[in-house]
Amino acid sequence: MTPPKLSLREIGKRYQIGAGTEIEAIRGVSFEVMENEICVLLGPSGCGKSTVLRMVAGLEEPSSGTITLDGRQIEGPGRDRGMVFQAYTSFDWLSVQQNVEYGMRLQHVPAPERARRAQHFLDLVHLSKFAKAYPKQLSGGMKQRVAIARTLANDPEMLLMDEPFGALDAETRWHMQELMISIAEETKTTILMVTHDIEEAIYMADRIVFLSRHPGTVAANIVPAFKLGKRWRRKEEVLELDGYAELERDIMKLMRQQASDEVHAVA
Amino acid sequence: MQYQSPPTPRAKRWLEIRKPISRKNAVILGASLWAAFFIVWELAVKAGFVTELLMPSPIKVLSTLAGLLSTPDFLMDIGASMLRVAVSFLMACLVAVPLGIAMGTFRVLEAFFNPFMAAWRYLPAPSFIPVLLMWFGTGEGPKLALLFIGVVFFLITLVMDYTKQVRQEFVETSMTLGGNRKQILWTVIVPAVLPNVVVAMRQMMAVSWTYLVIAEIVASTNGIGAMMMRARRFLHTDEIMAGIVVIGVLGLLCDMAFRWLHRLMFPYVEESAR
Repeated sequence: MTPPKLSLREIGKRYQIGAGTEIEAIRGVSFEVMENEICVLLGPSGCGKSTVLRMVAGLEEPSSGTITLDGRQIEGPGRDRGMVFQAYTSFDWLSVQQNVEYGMRLQHVPAPERARRAQHFLDLVHLSKFAKAYPKQLSGGMKQRVAIARTLANDPEMLLMDEPFGALDAETRWHMQELMISIAEETKTTILMVTHDIEEAIYMADRIVFLSRHPGTVAANIVPAFKLGKRWRRKEEVLELDGYAELERDIMKLMRQQASDEVHAVA
Repeated sequence: MQYQSPPTPRAKRWLEIRKPISRKNAVILGASLWAAFFIVWELAVKAGFVTELLMPSPIKVLSTLAGLLSTPDFLMDIGASMLRVAVSFLMACLVAVPLGIAMGTFRVLEAFFNPFMAAWRYLPAPSFIPVLLMWFGTGEGPKLALLFIGVVFFLITLVMDYTKQVRQEFVETSMTLGGNRKQILWTVIVPAVLPNVVVAMRQMMAVSWTYLVIAEIVASTNGIGAMMMRARRFLHTDEIMAGIVVIGVLGLLCDMAFRWLHRLMFPYVEESAR
C-alpha cells in the first residue's frame, strides 16, 4: 500500500467572534489524497470546504489536527502547493507569458528555461497565440487557463483549486472541466478541488469528499466506482454511464438533508 | 388573441433617464453654458449693470492676458509659481509614496504612523503660515513648506488606502507560488498599486495649486498670486482676472498631463478603472 500524497488528520478550525464567543467552523476532518488523484471537496455552501483547502495551502492555520504532504507537516504557504482561485488572479501588469513565468522568476529560473516551460504550459491550455496579450484582453475562461498554466509551470507537488470555474458561464465551465481532465492525464498532477457543483464533482473526481456543515465534517468519502477507475475525456460519456444518476441522486439527498437541517435549526 | 397594439409614436423627450447622448451633443451642451456665461458677462458690462473698474468685460480680460503673456515679468511669475509647485510636490511624493505603500502593506507600520498622520490631516495647512514665516523668513522656505504640509499628509493616506485595496488573491497567489515577503512587496503590491499612486498624485496636484495661491497672496514678491496682489493695489482688476485664468489653465494642464502619463505608463489598466 503506497502512502498517501496528502493526509489530513482530525482537522478542526475555530474562530473567535467577539469576546469569549467562539464559532466552530470545522470539526475532525480527516481524509487522504493519493498520488495523481483528483480529489473533489463537495458540500453545501458554508460547510467550510474552502477553509479546508486554504489550510492545505497554508493560507490559514488549523486550530487542531495535522496536515502532511509527502509525510512532511505543512507550515505556511509554499510553492509545492500551487493554488487557483475562483476570482481571476492574472496579474494585469504582466503579459500572459510573463504571468506564466512569474513563479519561475521568483525561483530565479534562467530566462531561456522559463520561456521554454511557459511555452509548453501555454500549449497545454491552448493559449500559445495569446502569449503576448494582456489579461484585460482575455475572457474569464482564458484568465483561468492562464492561472492554471502559471501554477503548473511552477512545478508544484499538488494543484489546489478553489471553485475555479465558479465564475464562468455553463458552456465555458464544461470545456474547462474536460480540459482539466486532459491536463491531469498529461501532467500526472495530484489535484484537490473545491466545488458545490454536483455534476462537476462526479465528472472530475476520482474521489469525492462530502462535507456537511455546522460544523464542517466529513459526511461521506466516495469513490465513484461506476467510472471504472478511468478518466473520461468527454463529459457526456460519464453522464450516460450506469451509476451516474444514482450517485447524483445520493449526493443530492445528502445536500437536501443538510438544507432541511438548516431549516429546522432556523425554525 | 390576434390583438396587436398599434405602434404608438412616443414623443421625443430631452430628459431620458440614463440615456446615452452623442459626443457631438455633449460638446454642444458643454460649450453652450460657457458661451452663455461670457455673453451675459459681456452684456452686463456693456449695459452698465456693473462697474467696469471692478468687473472688466471678458474681452478686456483676454486682451490683458495676451498683453501680460508677452511681458517677461509675468512669464517669470508663472515660472516661479510652477517651480514652487514642482519642487514641493516632488518632496511630498518622495516621502508619501514609500511611506504610504509601507503603511498599506504592514499593519504594524499603519498602527504606528496612522494616528499621527490622521491628526495632521485635520490641521489646516494655512494655519501654519505665521510660524512658517517666523521659522523660514520670507524666502522660498515658507512657501515650499506650506505646499509640502498641505499635500503630504493627504497623499500618505491616499496611497495607504490604495495599497490596502490591492487584492488579497494577488498576494495569496504569489504566496502559493513561493513568493517571500520581499518578492510579494516588489512583484505584487508595488506594481499593483502604481497606477493608483499616479491617480492619487493627480488628485493632490489640484490641492497643491490651491495652497500655492494662498502662499503667494499672503507673503510673496513674485509668482502669479503676488502679481495679483500687486494688481489689486493699482485697481487692475483685469490683471487679477487674467491671473485667475492662468492658474485655472495651469491646473487643468497639470491634470491632463497626469491623465496622459497614466495612459502612457499603464496601458494594461482596464478603462473602467482609470
